[in-house]
Amino acid sequence: MMDIKMEDQKTQTKTTQSLTMVQAINDALKTMLEQDETTILLGEDIGKNGGVFRATEGLQEQFGEDRVIDTPLSESGIVGTSIGLAVNGFKPVCEMQFMGFIYPAYDQIMTHASRLRMKTMGHYSVPMVIRAPYGAGIRAPEIHSDSMESIFTHMPGVKVVCPATPKDAKGLLIAAIEDPDPVIFMEPMRSYRAQREEVPTEKYQLPIGKGEKIKEGDDVTIITWGAMLSVAKQAAEQAESQGIGCDVLDLKTLYPLDRNLIAESVQKTGRAVIVHEAHQTGGLSQDILSVINDTSFLYLRAPIERVTGFDVPVPFFALEDHYLPTAKRVLSSIEKAVHF
Amino acid sequence: MEEQFPIIKVMDDEGKLVDPDVQIDSELVKKLYYHMTRIRLFDRKAISLQRQGRIGTYPPYEGQEAAQVGSVMALNGGDWVFPTYRDHGATLTFGADMVRTFLYWNGRAEGCVPPEGKNIFPAAVPIATQIPHAVGTAWAEKRKGTDHVALVYFGDGATSEGDFHEGLNFASVFQTPTVFFNQNNRYAISVPVEKQMHSKTIAQKGLAYDIPSVRVDGNDVLAVYEETQKAVKRARQGEGPTLIEAVTWRTGAHTTADDPTKYRPEAQGESVVHPLDRLERLMKNENLWDEAWINQVQLELENEVEVAVEAMENYPKANPEDLFDHVFETLPEQLDEQKQSYLDLIGRG
Ligand SMILES: Cc1ncc(C[n+]2csc(CCOP(=O)(O)OP(=O)(O)O)c2C)c(N)n1
Repeated sequence: MMDIKMEDQKTQTKTTQSLTMVQAINDALKTMLEQDETTILLGEDIGKNGGVFRATEGLQEQFGEDRVIDTPLSESGIVGTSIGLAVNGFKPVCEMQFMGFIYPAYDQIMTHASRLRMKTMGHYSVPMVIRAPYGAGIRAPEIHSDSMESIFTHMPGVKVVCPATPKDAKGLLIAAIEDPDPVIFMEPMRSYRAQREEVPTEKYQLPIGKGEKIKEGDDVTIITWGAMLSVAKQAAEQAESQGIGCDVLDLKTLYPLDRNLIAESVQKTGRAVIVHEAHQTGGLSQDILSVINDTSFLYLRAPIERVTGFDVPVPFFALEDHYLPTAKRVLSSIEKAVHF
Repeated sequence: MEEQFPIIKVMDDEGKLVDPDVQIDSELVKKLYYHMTRIRLFDRKAISLQRQGRIGTYPPYEGQEAAQVGSVMALNGGDWVFPTYRDHGATLTFGADMVRTFLYWNGRAEGCVPPEGKNIFPAAVPIATQIPHAVGTAWAEKRKGTDHVALVYFGDGATSEGDFHEGLNFASVFQTPTVFFNQNNRYAISVPVEKQMHSKTIAQKGLAYDIPSVRVDGNDVLAVYEETQKAVKRARQGEGPTLIEAVTWRTGAHTTADDPTKYRPEAQGESVVHPLDRLERLMKNENLWDEAWINQVQLELENEVEVAVEAMENYPKANPEDLFDHVFETLPEQLDEQKQSYLDLIGRG
């Protein structure tokens, strides 16, 4: 008897499990499918195949073809019909197979999802999530490596979220599904299996709009998100070995930005390096620069540095390592800021 | 609809002529055999290179050799070809360079550059997006008063995208000399065609646009060749577009990163006779099978593929400069600054 009871307690107290990011996303989707019958998943190859990255592995088996839906190959169709489903009582979670294939759906997101609430004065709303694996660095064929967050941060009426770790992925995805407005949920595919982390088994949310300081240091603030977080951390460690202390900020939400987090840190360090893998011109770094300008101009001790993808289409993979920001490039910008 | 669009065949699975009175052109048959063998060797080599990490992810076309060779052979030199990522068998047959085709799968833009005088578009990766391009290009030929045509390849999955329908409608409205060549290989990654559409055929989708359509046995190279020839001829004569549905079968995985056992029933496809085996049976039935010639072709082609692999691997390394130099004709100043500062950082400045 005693033994059995102890066993019971053990299983009850097992409150976390070690998961990769893609498993944590699967866990978040499963949690929502279990707890909210209006949640449905739509996408290409997400059913039997479990998605090309296996993010929906096992879910069709568990919840049926009616809730985990293999759609025709039609991004505009997926998002357009999801808008109708969302307006009419469901919470669709759409998967774009890769962010580079979201473009046919751009029209639907821009002309309808983003502004249906406004133009009906709140009568209709679109509580929908669009998941999109993004980014380069895995030797994928062309178009599979884009990271175009700024076409969505520039779009009024949608939120943009981008986790960097398994735990954040689960908490933010659940928050996105429960959010009353459309959310673009960017998943760094390079990080899908890069790291394991203890992830709570229960349902939990992390706040959309809040970033986090990942590392503390006094000399320079590094601001980044998603797959670039590990590059930034690597550069910060190298800088530390030269005696340069870095605050590393993971923004996690790209719209709306956590302006306080940025301002507090930059006001302390007086220097900032912004790192993103998207192209420089029109990239989110411009908006972050504006936040610093608006909140911390008089604290600055050096011009703000940006380390980004170049203003060129993401190249075929033979050149992708030259396209992507590297720790070396970030370190060089840290040094430039500090020795200004 | 299946009655309205019967699957057209010239030979059956045993390689017997459906109409025994038909005359076959032995030179043509040998040419078709040669090219199908050639592209099969390329395909198998590419899979093995990917397995060894010598190229990137690769989408095999094994099983679709008849559809690709039969269709592209119906074109002339001045015509245009619009391939997808799975149609390198067609482009190789049309005259694309084999070394560059390997380079493409090794992540090199050099692989998109066609030989001088060959009108071959880069493989389209975003599904269906090449279809309107083929219509526009054909439209340009018509406006220029030439008799060149454009042939565009696409899969069954592509028919769900808006670009497919928009392309067909434009071609219909402007009566462009376009051949829409669909390879219905029954799957779009994991999604079977029965879930892609409720319609029984792809050919019937032409009806809505008043575009003549046919369904052909895509594993019967002679039938594919003949039907494509008819479509090309009509287009050349100013009679507008045609939609061809070639019913075929993808023997292998969607790509080297895919596992079809997850979604394809084990026995499915077992009864499909490989298009090359079918052609071999026909050649034997028609006394065109010359063992010495076959062996010589095999050796010659194996050698061609080996030489191409070696050239691909010895190709000069990709230049970081190429990241910047071809984005515009003249590099804008700010992009040039990005280029210079990066080259300085990596010691190439
Ligand atoms: C716009 C777009 N969405 C999604 C993808 C991902 N994807 C690549 S191939 C493919 C299936 C294509 O099927 P089909 O058109 O039948 O051609 P096949 O691969 O069978 O030759 C998908 C969904 C893509 N390349 N482009």
